[in-house]
Amino acid sequence: MSISNDTFESQVLAILGPLHGVARRLTKNDADAEDLVAESITRAWRARASLVDAGAFRAWMFRILNNTFISERRKTLARPREELLVEESAGEEGAFSIFERLHQPFLLWFANPEQEFLDKLLGEDLDRALAALPEHYRVVVVLADIEGLKYAEIAETLDVPVGTVRSRLARARCALQRTLWDVARDHGLQTSRTGGTRA
Amino acid sequence: MSETDDIGCQQALKRLLEFIDRELSDSEHDNVERHLSTCRSCFSRMEFESRLKQRLSALSADDVPEKSRDRIRALIKGF
Repeated sequence: MSISNDTFESQVLAILGPLHGVARRLTKNDADAEDLVAESITRAWRARASLVDAGAFRAWMFRILNNTFISERRKTLARPREELLVEESAGEEGAFSIFERLHQPFLLWFANPEQEFLDKLLGEDLDRALAALPEHYRVVVVLADIEGLKYAEIAETLDVPVGTVRSRLARARCALQRTLWDVARDHGLQTSRTGGTRA
Repeated sequence: MSETDDIGCQQALKRLLEFIDRELSDSEHDNVERHLSTCRSCFSRMEFESRLKQRLSALSADDVPEKSRDRIRALIKGF
């Protein structure tokens, strides 16, 4: 489909915040994120004829952003990092649940350690845990939980089947909770069950 | 599955994140919802996972520095 310069600009500007947000999570750096967004928009303009469905602009744009990030990073690496080659493997992370670590059914009416854990979490704890995730997990959590994309949009963005999105997201969330648990413990965030200190 | 059948904790927990993401079919969603209405433990788990998702969602930042916005506008004008 043909898209005018004005329409392209308005559609890009409408999702510029989420684009920058995802770029920041990928690059972990504001300046690189800005460059990544600019390069992705340039590539998107050149490839605008490949946008078949105007309603899918957001997923199409995220896909170009993700592909641009991967291709740009490959240029700077002598060889692909291991995580680029990670295959989906069942049970890769093992099951981990903060809820299962903390939930105490018999305390139900008197205390709620898992909710207390969430109450004490700071945004920077979440930022740190996200940043520590392997890239293939970080991107899927960012798209699903921070930017609120549907599974079908994430599949389109990452060029994988929806089933892969489901399984990868489940493992990514386990990995996030494991990392969050470690980050929180390292920063003194504990619950009444573990003798917490952060107010 | 009839309306009175309960899918049980194992099936409910397996579907819980997709339930929270609203990615289940209507009938699957109803089955999980029905179980949650009768199982306090699974309901507590759902509350925890939902709140964690909300905390992550709150990290979304729509604010883009004006300098960056201007750069993108100028870039597109040049196409």
